Amino acid sequence: MHIELRDIRKTFGDVRANDGISLAFEPGRIYGLLGENGAGKSTLMKILAGYQPADSGRILLNGQPAHFATPADALRRGVGMVYQDPLDFPPFTVLENYLLGRDRAVNLDFRQAAAELRAILDRYGFAVDMDAAIGSLSLGERQQLELVRLLAGGAQALILDEPTTGISASQKDALFATMRRMAAEEGKSIILVSHKLEEIQELCGHAFVLRKGQLVGETALPCPNRALVEMMFGQVPERTPRPPAAVEQPLLEISGLGVRTQRLTVGDINLSIRRGEVFGLAGLEGSGQALLMKAVAGLLPAASGRIALDGLDITHLDYHQTRAAGVAYVAAGRLEEGLIAGLSLTEHILLAAPRRDQTFFIRWGAARETTSGRIALCEVVGVPDSTAEQLSGGNQQRMLYAMLNEGLRLILLDQPTRGLDVRSADYIWELLYARRREGTAILFYSPDLDEIIERSDRIAVFSGGVMSRIVEAARTTADELGHLIGGQQ
Amino acid sequence: MNDTLLVRILASIALQAAPLMIAVTGETLTERAGVVNLSLDGKMLMAAMTGFVVAYTTGSLILGFLAAALVGALFALIVAFGSITLKHNQVAIGFVLTLLGADLSAFLGQNFTRLPGPSVGKFAVPYLKDLPVLGPIFFNQNAIFYFAILLVAAAWWWLFRTQPGLHLRGAGERPEAAFARGASVTRLRYLYTVLGGALVGVAGASYSLGIKIGWSEGHTAGLGWIALAIVIFGGWSPARGALGAVVFGATKSLATVFQQNVQGVSVVAFNTLPWLLMIGVLLLVSSDWVARVANLLPPRLRGGFLRLVQVTPPRALGVEFGQE
Ligand SMILES: Nc1ncnc2c1ncn2[C@@H]1O[C@H](COP(=O)(O)OP(=O)(O)OP(=O)(O)O)[C@@H](O)[C@H]1O
Ligand SMILES: [Mg+2]
Repeated sequence: MHIELRDIRKTFGDVRANDGISLAFEPGRIYGLLGENGAGKSTLMKILAGYQPADSGRILLNGQPAHFATPADALRRGVGMVYQDPLDFPPFTVLENYLLGRDRAVNLDFRQAAAELRAILDRYGFAVDMDAAIGSLSLGERQQLELVRLLAGGAQALILDEPTTGISASQKDALFATMRRMAAEEGKSIILVSHKLEEIQELCGHAFVLRKGQLVGETALPCPNRALVEMMFGQVPERTPRPPAAVEQPLLEISGLGVRTQRLTVGDINLSIRRGEVFGLAGLEGSGQALLMKAVAGLLPAASGRIALDGLDITHLDYHQTRAAGVAYVAAGRLEEGLIAGLSLTEHILLAAPRRDQTFFIRWGAARETTSGRIALCEVVGVPDSTAEQLSGGNQQRMLYAMLNEGLRLILLDQPTRGLDVRSADYIWELLYARRREGTAILFYSPDLDEIIERSDRIAVFSGGVMSRIVEAARTTADELGHLIGGQQ
Repeated sequence: MNDTLLVRILASIALQAAPLMIAVTGETLTERAGVVNLSLDGKMLMAAMTGFVVAYTTGSLILGFLAAALVGALFALIVAFGSITLKHNQVAIGFVLTLLGADLSAFLGQNFTRLPGPSVGKFAVPYLKDLPVLGPIFFNQNAIFYFAILLVAAAWWWLFRTQPGLHLRGAGERPEAAFARGASVTRLRYLYTVLGGALVGVAGASYSLGIKIGWSEGHTAGLGWIALAIVIFGGWSPARGALGAVVFGATKSLATVFQQNVQGVSVVAFNTLPWLLMIGVLLLVSSDWVARVANLLPPRLRGGFLRLVQVTPPRALGVEFGQE
């Protein structure tokens, strides 16, 4: 299907999210849509997918003007989108979630739907328990299910807004292979929004670059990364190297730790993390890394073992007590666990303040000032009175860092740069390195092996709830980690 | 054997529970779409009054029920308009309407108090009524009872086995996602608020035309509030809600039995029994105790166990939806 966007405009208040964008997508090709956080990529794609109307401009499908009242409307015309945060129904089962909006028949045919779903899942090499509740799946699995739903709905053009977040390397390869096949054999147009330049280079034949709501460049791929980055930011940003770690005394000591949840049991973790150390946890999403961090943060009870921070036993402290002891936890689900939709940025900063700084009567003037300072430091595009859901995905991520207090001893990060553009990701690490110089230890999980190797001092790999031996980041490769993830010691 | 005291008590429990089942089902449908309609008790009073007065003056039960359904729907429409279109607080609107319903029904019905009037009769199902024990309890019942049972079954089927039911639950769970799948959230919410209101209206009329026949001020004795509690107790499922209604009715008659047979304890104390039970269960099913118990079970059984006992309210219950 030939898709053309003509002079699309969309403003939110004073923000010109899309400022006159015109571009075209040919059938059978894969496109990359690039741009820094807040450039307007998601806005443009939501307009194309019928999720929100443009203020002005036109959409042409095969030369015919199209008006989409809803995303379901767009899907009937062959345009489907996987959203940045999967739009699904957490308490529903996988099957119910798949069936909602699937067709117009009154009676639900669970058996047929199960067969259909299983066939598509198998075709793309995805494995999902169909009786599980959506809420118990990882973000990656939920994205896959969204994709599968669109394919079943007959999408001719597929938009994927940062889809590779949280899926394994092998799943990603399978996904890319199918995307290639769908473009080449089935003539589908595919648009991939991503901040991972390597992925764009690997998969896409053509890239469009947005900046501040305008199309600032396009190029055939592959091309040098530098060229893309320059288009995105107007200049090539510096990359902050990891400052060397001084060998310090241990800060966090974990011995024989076990954590149990309904889905996964993590057993016998032994780990010692030094002051000022950056420790990376690798592995597939949902292999136990998040459980380990949640147990340390006091968000999950430890089933066995002992956790000590600076000699203090924190095994049985709850979240508020570990917070008071200087532990901070930054969750992966931005709007689910980290931020509160509907509350202003100032209110977020107030809530995150340590208890000793909290006063009964709120001094709004001072609070706004603090907030301005914090969001300026973390380069959040927004004002103290913006609400959390108004921020673009990347800016929500930065907001999580703006909420971190001073004088922390340990920061636990679940996917710290999820959805950030390269410059923002680098900036976040610069902020984290500054913390590290004060002696704060950093324990983080990232699905991106390159990020883990580049940013950590030492690394442990998780596979199905089991932690591997610990490797030095300087002496390992993505390949070696890949083997460990596969369970080969 | 079919005429023992126990059988008669059980049959009466089943009948007493019927209006409650209807009201609970109506409110469950409304809340599943994401709207809390707190005007339930006021609606029920208004409907009980209207149903009786219309049936009394026209001599037609059908007209009485229709009028009651209309009144319930009208009250619900006010809640829907205020909360969905004007985006006012659902709780506040519903609450004020409850107070209004109580006083308005007392005022409008003052000339009709304590009059003998028409009532819904028994209907015996051929053959089945002769079954031992089950026959008199379930198949030689008031027509209202059959309606309640059929309604509960239909609502359960609609919610959990049909595409429109999936849309309905989606609208209450995550409206923006339901919208993305093609549901018209605003229309759904209007529809099920009004439908739920109409059912509560029918429940009110069932009471004044089938259980405690006639009209007096405050006739339904707080049944609307009980229904609201049972919606939660029932985990927003019509089947569990019906069970809740029966359990409530049973503890109520148990209290009556105790009152007659146990000496030395204040009679009023027994009336608290159903409430204590309900609070106890609510505290248990909505706490993380359920998860702890589940973790003791073998993994295979955990999911099913949780689905059975855990209650989670629709996530967008009371949350307004506005599309860009
Ligand atoms: N619903 C909304 N209300 C107010 N402002 C919005 C809304 N949606 C987007 N914006 C603003 O529009 C701009 C573009 O946002 P958009 O989500 O399109 O960015 P993006 O390119 O997808 O960024 P990211 O890479 O961070 O996801 C941002 O400044 C954002 O704050
Ligand atoms: Mg985006």
